[in-house]
Amino acid sequence: METVWFMIIALMMAAYVVLDGFDFGAGILHLLVAKTDEERRTVLAAIGPFWDGNEVWLLAGGGILVFAFPRAYAAGFSGFYLPLTIVLWLLILRGVSIEFRSLEASTLWRSFWDGVFFLASSLMAIVLGAALGNVIRGVPLESDGYFSGPLFTNFGLSSHPGVLDWYTVLIGLLAFAMLAMHGALFLRLKTEGEVHRRATGLAGRLYVAVLALLVLATYASAMVQPKLLSGIGARPLAWVLALGVLASLIAIPTSLKRTNEAAPFFASCGLIVSLLAATATALFPTILSSTIDPAFDLNTGNAAAGALSLQVGVYWWIVAIALAIGYFVFLFRSFRGKVDIHHDYGH
Amino acid sequence: MDAVSWNRFQFGFLVTYHYLFPTLTMGLALLIFFMKLVAYKSGDERYDHAATFWAKIFGINFAVGVVTGIPLEFQFGTNWARFSNYAGGVIGLTLALEGLFAFFAESAFLGLFLYGKQKLSAKMHLFASFMVFLGSWLSGYFIIATNAFMQHPVGYRVGPRGLLLSDMWAYLLNPWAFWQYLHNMTSAVVAASFVVAAVGALYTLSDRHKEQARVFLKVGVVAGLISCILILFPTGDQNGKMVAEYQPAALAAMEGKYETSDKAELAIIGQPDSVNKRLDNPIIVPYVLSYLAYGSFGAKVKGMNDFPKDELPDNTELLYYGYHIMAGLGTIFIALMLTSATKLWRGTLETSRAWLWMLMLAFPFPFIAVTMGWMTVELGRQPWLVYGLLRTIHGTSPKVAGGSVAFTTLGFMGLYFVVGVLYLYLIHRQIAKGPIDFAQAHTIDEAGA
Ligand code: HDD
Ligand code: HEM
Ligand code: HEM
Repeated sequence: METVWFMIIALMMAAYVVLDGFDFGAGILHLLVAKTDEERRTVLAAIGPFWDGNEVWLLAGGGILVFAFPRAYAAGFSGFYLPLTIVLWLLILRGVSIEFRSLEASTLWRSFWDGVFFLASSLMAIVLGAALGNVIRGVPLESDGYFSGPLFTNFGLSSHPGVLDWYTVLIGLLAFAMLAMHGALFLRLKTEGEVHRRATGLAGRLYVAVLALLVLATYASAMVQPKLLSGIGARPLAWVLALGVLASLIAIPTSLKRTNEAAPFFASCGLIVSLLAATATALFPTILSSTIDPAFDLNTGNAAAGALSLQVGVYWWIVAIALAIGYFVFLFRSFRGKVDIHHDYGH
Repeated sequence: MDAVSWNRFQFGFLVTYHYLFPTLTMGLALLIFFMKLVAYKSGDERYDHAATFWAKIFGINFAVGVVTGIPLEFQFGTNWARFSNYAGGVIGLTLALEGLFAFFAESAFLGLFLYGKQKLSAKMHLFASFMVFLGSWLSGYFIIATNAFMQHPVGYRVGPRGLLLSDMWAYLLNPWAFWQYLHNMTSAVVAASFVVAAVGALYTLSDRHKEQARVFLKVGVVAGLISCILILFPTGDQNGKMVAEYQPAALAAMEGKYETSDKAELAIIGQPDSVNKRLDNPIIVPYVLSYLAYGSFGAKVKGMNDFPKDELPDNTELLYYGYHIMAGLGTIFIALMLTSATKLWRGTLETSRAWLWMLMLAFPFPFIAVTMGWMTVELGRQPWLVYGLLRTIHGTSPKVAGGSVAFTTLGFMGLYFVVGVLYLYLIHRQIAKGPIDFAQAHTIDEAGA
């Protein structure tokens, strides 16, 4: 049962990154791809009906973490106290900027929120990446099952690393580039004209950056966390997922040349999912490694909730996720096609 | 202040602030669905316009509810790690179900409801508004069930590392959750009715949007009257009986009762003096407390003097005032809505300017009553975090310093202040724009004006 919940959480997190990732990406790029007010409103209209629902994947994932692995939730969330609070502030600012921007006509008002939207989205992408970096690298978990991570030390690796060191920053940058590319592909799919043209151009350039950073990050991760390589080596599922990463990496540039606009976006979804799933598979059964002593690691065995909870939870989860997928398919179908702010900008 | 106090203050501040928004969200969701339903059934355009107008306000309100809600979901882990660790295996169920069942439905259908009027058929749009209502009311249930477990734990077993779920249905159908939920949801309808009626009164008084104002007044006053009665009886009454049964120390503090006695009196007004252990300047009604709490005029009610100090809530004064302000306002609300409804029925409401002024100015008070009600619940639970099982002082995060919590509290306060000012400004603008102009608002927006 614990294994099932480990997979569920990994899946929910991957779904979150794919979904909220495209609106983070749109936020990172909108100053570049959309110059006039009308173009900016097009970008916002493209993500408007979705962003709140996308964020719910994070909340639901968090709820499931408390439920299935309360110890890991307690240790992780209290250990990253300040960085998580900053994440919250960014999420607040981002949500407010999306919703409030177009309610007032003044150009100053709108420029202000455009700036906030850009900053909050960019920092969120970097912080998400850095968080993943921390999970891969491990944190200074002690014998009582808690840790406290300083924001930064000297950016070097040690048994008491900061939340930000060279490795987590590198993963942060990778996330930034990858989500920016993801957002560009989404905007390319949803818009026409100038925004479409600029998004296509940027997607190509961002792809190169993603590729370079990915090679670097893979090498660094293997160095920082030996479990990663041995995990991949030992688990055939991880090989399949690694092939998925490669296939997506090839599919993005080749499909970008063709006219089918959905293909590169879906390839980018595939890239994110297979990359995250491969990482999770390689690290399993560890949820949070200790940099102090492997005996203090939190894993699916020592962090899980009671058997009955996990049992009944699975039934609830299946029903709920089937409903949620239903809603989301319906939502995305209702708003399929290019956005046209003259007709459906009901906001 | 020590770390526990900072943590308590932070949680109290964040949740109180957050809850101002869902109160309106949940109440309006019901009223909007009702307006859409009337419009759909009768084809009365005015109701459709009214729903569209309130949907706009709903959207702004919802956005603030969402952004202030996300920090709360994190709070359990960041600030109350030992509590999450201890109780997570039980309360995690409802927190997860809330996200999975309620928030998904709510957010997906809200997107459809707010952005999809042109894309959906009238029937689907009505359905979207129903799902928004259902999602928000479900989310209310899950979070209340979580809180009810903290008030009155059921369906659990104590395991080696903390609490384990032993009976899922007992946990989900906690009797405490039942009455708390009904009372709380009714209070959301009270708040939304007061807001709708206040805008109706405002338009009538300023002689604008007369047609819409009539709809608002009617919906607001009728829903207001029904919900104001339900909030006292049976829901408020039953809540009180549960407190009397399961949290007798909280009851004594809520009522400002120091001495134990049979035939206990109910204090209507008075100031608790916790040094000399008496109620100053009291106005009392004999026998009534025994009856309200235990259903018989002779029942014995235990006073605060007879509880050990470590079982009494630590802020008995605020608890007392919280409860009295809520119940006092509730009584006034019934009088206000009864009179308004009589005037509405006679057709004189629109011309009684003095009364319209009252309705217009009354809208903040339900929010005060709601906040006071929650103060009563949460202060009354002290010194326990999970009643009888885990003390509040044992629930915090072991490695988070009080100073860090102070820092983030100040940060949240600053950020929320700005968000609050913007919120009021935008709502004000929406109300100033009015419902009729709404149909043209798109065109203005499109011109980029
Ligand atoms: C419009 C708001 C409003 C109004 C007018 C009232 N209440 Fe209330 N009350 C609430 C809003 C509220 C609330 C904020 O919604 C609470 C907090 C938790 C809950 O479920 O409901 C609450 C809780 C609450 C509790 C639980 C306290 C605890 O658990 O410690 C009791 C006993 C009452 N109420 C009783 C009453 C009575 C006798 C009222 C007389 C009219 C009344 N309420 C009016
Ligand atoms: C929305 C309405 C609510 C309000 C206004 C509210 C208010 C408060 C206040 C004022 C405190 C501080 C208590 C003190 O310092 O003595 C508090 C504490 C707390 N509340 Fe609530 N609360 C609400 C709902 C909830 C719900 C639904 C839950 C659980 C799911 C909850 C969980 C907690 C926790 C964990 C604490 C901190 C520990 C403690 O002080 O006992 N609250 N709340
Ligand atoms: C400890 C207490 C609470 C927590 C952890 C919490 C958590 C959250 C979260 C994470 C959201 C955002 C959901 C989204 O993205 O759609 C939210 C919104 C919401 N919450 Fe809370 N909440 C708390 C208290 C309450 C209470 C007491 C109620 C009602 C009974 C409530 C009702 C709602 C509703 C209806 C929404 C939808 C948005 C809105 O209404 O504006 N919450 N809450």
